[in-house]
Amino acid sequence: MTQTTGTPGGIAPTAPPLDAVEASGKAPRRGIRQSKWTPYFFVAAALILLITFTYVPAANLIWYSFTDWDGIDKTKDFVGFDSYAEIFTDPEIFRVFFVSLYYIAASFVQMALALYFATLLSFSTRFRNLFKGILFFPFLINGVAIGLMFLYFFQPGGTLDALLKGVGAGGLTTQWLGNPDAVNVSLAATSVWRYTGLNFVLFLGAIQSIPSQLYEAAELDGANRFQQFRFIIVPGIKRIISLSFILAISGSLAVFEIPFIMTGGANGSATFVIETIQRAFTFRQVGVASAMAVVLLIIVLVITFIQRRIAPDKEVELS
Amino acid sequence: MARKHIAGVAVVTVALALTGCSASNNSASGGEPSGDITVLTNRTDLVDTTFKDYKKAFEKKYPKVNVKFEAITDYEGEVTTRLSTGDYGDVLGIPASVTPSQLPQFFEPLGDTSDMKKKYRFLNDKSYDGKQYGLPTFGNANGILYNKRIWKEAGVTDLPKTPDEFIADLKLIKEKTDAIPYYTNYKDGWPLGSWQGQQGFSGDTGVVTDRDKSDAPWSKGSEQYITDALLFDVVKDKLSEDDPTTTAWEGSKALIGSGKAATAVLGSWAISQFQQAAKDAGADPADIGYMPFPYQKDGEFHSAIGGDFNNAININSKNKVAARAWVDWFTNDSGFAQSQGAIPAQVDAPNPSTLQDFTDAKVKLVELDKAANPSLDSDIYNKAQIDLFGNVYRQKLVDIARGAADGDMNSYFSQLNKEWADARTKVKS
Repeated sequence: MTQTTGTPGGIAPTAPPLDAVEASGKAPRRGIRQSKWTPYFFVAAALILLITFTYVPAANLIWYSFTDWDGIDKTKDFVGFDSYAEIFTDPEIFRVFFVSLYYIAASFVQMALALYFATLLSFSTRFRNLFKGILFFPFLINGVAIGLMFLYFFQPGGTLDALLKGVGAGGLTTQWLGNPDAVNVSLAATSVWRYTGLNFVLFLGAIQSIPSQLYEAAELDGANRFQQFRFIIVPGIKRIISLSFILAISGSLAVFEIPFIMTGGANGSATFVIETIQRAFTFRQVGVASAMAVVLLIIVLVITFIQRRIAPDKEVELS
Repeated sequence: MARKHIAGVAVVTVALALTGCSASNNSASGGEPSGDITVLTNRTDLVDTTFKDYKKAFEKKYPKVNVKFEAITDYEGEVTTRLSTGDYGDVLGIPASVTPSQLPQFFEPLGDTSDMKKKYRFLNDKSYDGKQYGLPTFGNANGILYNKRIWKEAGVTDLPKTPDEFIADLKLIKEKTDAIPYYTNYKDGWPLGSWQGQQGFSGDTGVVTDRDKSDAPWSKGSEQYITDALLFDVVKDKLSEDDPTTTAWEGSKALIGSGKAATAVLGSWAISQFQQAAKDAGADPADIGYMPFPYQKDGEFHSAIGGDFNNAININSKNKVAARAWVDWFTNDSGFAQSQGAIPAQVDAPNPSTLQDFTDAKVKLVELDKAANPSLDSDIYNKAQIDLFGNVYRQKLVDIARGAADGDMNSYFSQLNKEWADARTKVKS
C-alpha cells in the first residue's frame, strides 16, 4: 500500500524523473503547459465514443418518441406525448409484462443455483476446476447458437423427449414450445441455463475474497458448513447479491435474444422488447417504439432506485 | 436491447445523413451511359455467378459503365435503414416498407406510368401521382404449391373448387397417406403472408380498395374471411404439422419435395426452388404442382399476378444515365425472369413453363387495380397492427385454431374487425 501512494505516478507528466535529476535548476515550464491538455486528450477518446454511441442515440431516441416517424420518411411530425398516451392506454402492451414474471421467477432459481454451486465449489472439492469450467461454459456460447441448440432440444421427438422416454417418464412430454402453458417455462429455463454461469462466477469471486482465517476461526468455534454459509458467506457477499438482483430484474424485463430466436415472440411468448421491435420494424411505428424503449428505461431506473432504498449499499465489515 | 437496437440505427442515420447530402441533380435521360454504378441486390445466392455474367454482357453493350454489386442478406431491414442516409447504391430493389407516397423522396421517376404501361405490366405497385418509380424485374402468380404424387395417392383427381373441397382433400391425404397434409411454416412466419398474396382469387380486382372502404373486412363472404377461415379450418381439423412452433423453411422445401408434406400456400416464385429441393431429395421434380386458390367465380379460377422486386434509381445517384441503362437492360435483356421461371414484366411475353399447371386448369390471371389512395391500405394495417402481409396476426390465428390461445374464429374475426375500424377512423382524421 505505501508503495503505491509513494510513487510519483500521479504527477509524472509535470516533471519527468530523468529531467528532474539531470537539470534540477531548469524550470520545467513547457512540461507544465503541455500537461494542462494531455489528460483531456486521453479522456477525449473515451468521451467521443461514449457521446457518439450512447448519448447522441439516446437523445435521438427520446426525440423520436415525440414524433410519428415511420423509420423511413424524411419528415418527422412532432406529436407530443401521443405515443406515451397510446402505450399507457393499450392493455396489450402491458400484458407482455406478465411474460416477464416467468423470467423474474427464473432469475431467482438461477441465483439460488449459482449461490449453491459457488458455495460448494469454494470449499475444497474434487475436480473443482473442472466443475467451475462446466458451469461457466454456457455463458461463453453465443446467444444465437444457444437458441438454435435448444430449438432442437425442445422439438417434438427431440433430445428432451428422448431423455424423458429413456428414464421412463415419457408421459411428461409435451410440445415444449407449442404448448402455450409450457412455452414460457421452456424459454425461461433456457435463460437459466445460459446465465447461471455468470452469476456463479460473480458469487465465487466474492466468496473467495473472504479472508480464510474467518473460516478457520469459525471451525475452531465449532461452526458447521451451513453456519459458515449463513454467517460468513452470505454477509460477505451481500453487495454482489444485491447487484445480481438489480441485474436479474432489469434483465427479466428486457429479455430478448432467446425468445426472439426460438419463437419469434409467437404463441404468447412475446416480451416487452420483442413487442417494441415489432412496433418499430413490422408496423413501422418508430415513434411509439421509441417511447416504449424510453418507458422501459424509466421502469428499470425506478426499480433500481427502489431497490437501493430498500437495501442500501453499506460497506460490509466482516472482522 | 431494443433501446440499443433502435439507438444503433439512429446513430448510423445521423452519421450518414451528414455525408449523404451531396446529391447531384443530373437527370436520368440524355447522354451516353458512363461511370460507375453500384447495384444493391437481395440475391446473395446469385451475385457471384449469374450476376457476374450479367455484368459482362452489360459492360459489353455499354463499355463506359462499370457495374459493382452489393449483395445484402437482410435486404429489407438494411436497405430500409440506409434509405434515410442517401447512401443506397445507384440501382436498387425498392424495399416493401416504402409506401407509394414516399417513393418520390427516394427514387428517380422513370417516366409516366400510362406511357410505360404500353410495354410493361405489374406497374401499379410502384407508381405515384402518375409517375413510375420502379420497374419490376419479373412477376409472380399466386396459388398453392402441392406434391402431385401424394395428392394422387390420396385419390384426388380434380382440383378443389371450393374451400370445403380443399379441406376434404386434405382429410383424404391424412387418411390415406403418411404425409402431413398442409405445412404452415408458422415458425419462420413470413410464408404465412402468402395467404394475403392470394387476394383477388375471386376475380375482384378492386379487392384492396374494397377492404379499405370497409369497417369489417372479416365478414362472411369477403375474400379476407374466406382466406383466413380456410387457414383456421386447416389447423383446427389437425391437417397441419403437429408442432407448428418448430418448423423450418429450408426443411419444408425438402419435406414437400420428397412427399413428407403435401401442400403449402406460396407465390409462384417458390416453384423452381421446390423443384430443385425435390431433385436434391432424390424425388421427381415433376411431382411439384401448382394449383389456384380453391374458389371459382362463374366456373373459373382466378389468380392475381403482381410484380416481384422493382428496380429503381437512387435519387442521389451521380450516374443516373448509366443507372437507367441498367434498369432497362435488366428487365428487357438479361433473361433474369426466364431463368427464375417467373412471369416476364413485358406485356406480350409468354407465361413460363412453371405455370403450365395454371394454363392446363385455365386459370385466369388478373392484375389488381391501383387503389385510389395507394398508401391508405398500409396506413390502416400498420395503425391497426394487423400485419396482413406478415406473420404476427396469422400466427395468432393458428394459435387460436389449435387451441393454444383463447377465443374462437368468430371472436378473433370480430376483434380484427374492431381494430380495423378503429384504425380507419384514426387514419382518416
